[in-house]
Amino acid sequence: MAKIIVVTSGKGGVGKTTSSAAIGTGIALKGHKTVIIDFDVGLRNLDLIMGCERRVVYDFVNVINKEATLTQALIKDKRTKDLYILPASQTRDKDALTIEGVQEVLEELSKEFDYIICDSPAGIEKGAQMALYFADAAIVVTNPEVSSVRDSDRILGILQSKSKRAEEGAEPIEEFLLLTRYHPERVELGEMLSVSDVEDILAIPLLGVIPESEAVLKASNQGAPVILDTESEAGQAYMDAVDRLMGEERPLRFLTVQKKGFIKRLLGG
Amino acid sequence: MTDSCFQLKGSVVTTILLEVQTFSLDDITFQLKKKIEQVPHFFNQAPIIIDISKMKRGITLDEFEALIRSVSALGLGVIGWRCHPESLPVWKGSVSIPLLPASKARAIQTVPEIKEEVSPDVVVKTVVEERLVPQATKVITKPIRSGQQVYAEGDLIILAQVSAGAEVLADGNIHVYGPLRGRALAGVKGDREARIFCKSMEAELVSIAGNFMLSDALQDIVWKDSAQVLLVDDSLEVTPL
Repeated sequence: MAKIIVVTSGKGGVGKTTSSAAIGTGIALKGHKTVIIDFDVGLRNLDLIMGCERRVVYDFVNVINKEATLTQALIKDKRTKDLYILPASQTRDKDALTIEGVQEVLEELSKEFDYIICDSPAGIEKGAQMALYFADAAIVVTNPEVSSVRDSDRILGILQSKSKRAEEGAEPIEEFLLLTRYHPERVELGEMLSVSDVEDILAIPLLGVIPESEAVLKASNQGAPVILDTESEAGQAYMDAVDRLMGEERPLRFLTVQKKGFIKRLLGG
Repeated sequence: MTDSCFQLKGSVVTTILLEVQTFSLDDITFQLKKKIEQVPHFFNQAPIIIDISKMKRGITLDEFEALIRSVSALGLGVIGWRCHPESLPVWKGSVSIPLLPASKARAIQTVPEIKEEVSPDVVVKTVVEERLVPQATKVITKPIRSGQQVYAEGDLIILAQVSAGAEVLADGNIHVYGPLRGRALAGVKGDREARIFCKSMEAELVSIAGNFMLSDALQDIVWKDSAQVLLVDDSLEVTPL
């Protein structure tokens, strides 16, 4: 039985797809058979971040509509063993997703995979609700900024009220906070919320803090998840987050200006 | 505290409902007058609503306006009228008094002694507001997130935070054993004795029985500290705990 993890945020542009790609890849690197599903029907992005856009033939909606089998639609990642991608449809909209259709696909995937990562679209409407409905765990991606924090709080409310687990009164969805685009200098200047500010407002366990890094944009444009860039702070921070997700203890890194300044000086930045 | 020369507030009043069953202006006026003579203090300037939902035969605008005039002449203050939403008369927009939403059946309780004395043509009913009836306390252990709304018919106890953008309402008191960052409205059915208690006051709005205060004002009194909110002579008082 696979563990279904939704990567969600409410707000757009905070790094859901980047995080889905990185964390999915990280879990697969640990030897677990993993599939990442792009729920952002109509705004297909995950394939670009994963660098498999030219191999998309069939998509998630085709499988739901029984126009293709799962085996036909799943794309095997070329870099990482045990990693598969189920792309979204670019020509359809969120109404193409149905609870029954999504459930059928997830059930079939569950037989074969250890982890199913659902990359949620932004917003709190149907698309986002479909992505989180069957989740066992949720990674709430948040930027250290008030509107993002507010939207994350809203999505946490939806996780508690509109998910399958909530409706059936089962054990609630496990919630994790992933703070992305963190800028220690700006936190120090009081321009950005600190880790503890966000933790205080959202009151859920912290999975990781990903520092703002040029490596993220570079990785996206190259179509390689940033976690594979083991030199970069962002890649290392994502790996720490995956370790914590697997239940290992890892100290938080890249949170202070001093350390970053020191590295920068060493690299002659 | 505020530069505004007025405050808009919500309020709940107990009122008399005149439920007309058959229209006969003379009979209604006569019977109502007799009723008023029994307890003149009770009826003097009392607010009254005319309800035509139970009328088997319709009523014309002229007849209705005449009824309003004679009821007013008896010293009652007609504050509105209402009718079953499915049988609203065509002249509904031309009436001189406001049309009120139809009542919920359970809100109306017949006062038996009045019913006995009144002829079947006119029934005077008293609307009994559901208030001050002890209700079970609701206890919430999980954070109330932005966009969520929780309502308790009695007291509401929250053992976690109330996030900004969330709303908690209770007919009775509200206790928040965590930061209160959203809106808290106690005594929403008009209980002026209701209070709000919280461990860390960071609310967007607090309200008791319709009297409210916004975070700007709260910040000058108690902020990020334990506090209680209560109503003293129509104004909210916020005190540290």
